[in-house]
Amino acid sequence: MKKYILTSTLAALLTLGGLSVPALAGPEDVVVENAWSRASIGMNRPGAAYMTIRNAGDEPVTLIGLKTPLAMMPEIHETKTNAEGVSSMSPAGEITIAPGESVALEPGGLHAMLMRLQEPMTEGETFPLTLLFDGGGEVTVDVPILGIAARGPQD
Amino acid sequence: MRRRAILGYGAAGVGAVALMLFVGWWRVDGPGAPAPVGQLPVALTEMDFRLTDHEGNAVGPETLIGRPTMAFFGFTYCPDVCPTTLSDISGWLDDLGDEADEMNVVFITVDPERDTVETMAEYVGYFHPAIRGWTGPEEQIARVADGFRATYERVPTESGDYTMNHTASVFLFAASGRFVTMIDYHEAREFAVPKIRRALAEEMEGAT
Repeated sequence: MKKYILTSTLAALLTLGGLSVPALAGPEDVVVENAWSRASIGMNRPGAAYMTIRNAGDEPVTLIGLKTPLAMMPEIHETKTNAEGVSSMSPAGEITIAPGESVALEPGGLHAMLMRLQEPMTEGETFPLTLLFDGGGEVTVDVPILGIAARGPQD
Repeated sequence: MRRRAILGYGAAGVGAVALMLFVGWWRVDGPGAPAPVGQLPVALTEMDFRLTDHEGNAVGPETLIGRPTMAFFGFTYCPDVCPTTLSDISGWLDDLGDEADEMNVVFITVDPERDTVETMAEYVGYFHPAIRGWTGPEEQIARVADGFRATYERVPTESGDYTMNHTASVFLFAASGRFVTMIDYHEAREFAVPKIRRALAEEMEGAT
């Protein structure tokens, strides 16, 4: 928790670049915080990564895609659970974030789905994930890989 | 000419209204209506299925009678909901402490094609040790889902693989096998643990 507050503060002060948890780059005003993912068993299963994407600028930004050396097909997906309790997952399409707003990629909702892994996701390592924005902007964040049973970025 | 046009529009309007009414009926009360919500699982004692646990033991609904049971569906190739559910359950079991030892906790795959006994063994090994992984032939899985009033469906993905849509609720049964309640996927943990304690308490009542 202490680490979280510290890093958030640093990010807010715009002094940070490239530490493992938050990142600040590319489209100047996009801030990615609390990125994390779960370790995979081998390479056959898709992985998932989570984070908060905040638009600290004055203009809307639109997330149009992902890229990472870790997976051939990274894509934002959304899990939905209907009134009967049935969960399904589908591509989320483009995501526009209004000025001052955040989008949370979190378990059971939006997530970066990492299909066709090129290597196993190993606990304790990190991997670079690049967010592609409308207009050509990019933000790359180093995503820590936590245990398979992790529930959030603090685990 | 004009009058005919007006009549024509009038008839088209009546037709459109009739169509809307029909579509409304079809979707709400007619054959297009969604399946009734809130269909509850039958008691474990009324179910009949044969599966294999992750250690290779033959199991069925009778395996669960005598202790309260927490059961849920999923598949090990599921990147989001299933590890989250398994982690949540592991957390609840940690909160319950010793009480967790008095429960059956069963993760039943809806993807037996990929989730073999060995796959289930490896997967459940990453979570709370009380969690058992059950798999079996597709027709047996279908019988389990039927008893639980759960659903699952295979859906192809763009990557050429497939994923499974499935009921993500966690089901709680008393030691007698009677269905007690379920924990919905987005329910907060502070509601989940008391619900589990309720299922555990029913065991005490049944025992006296």
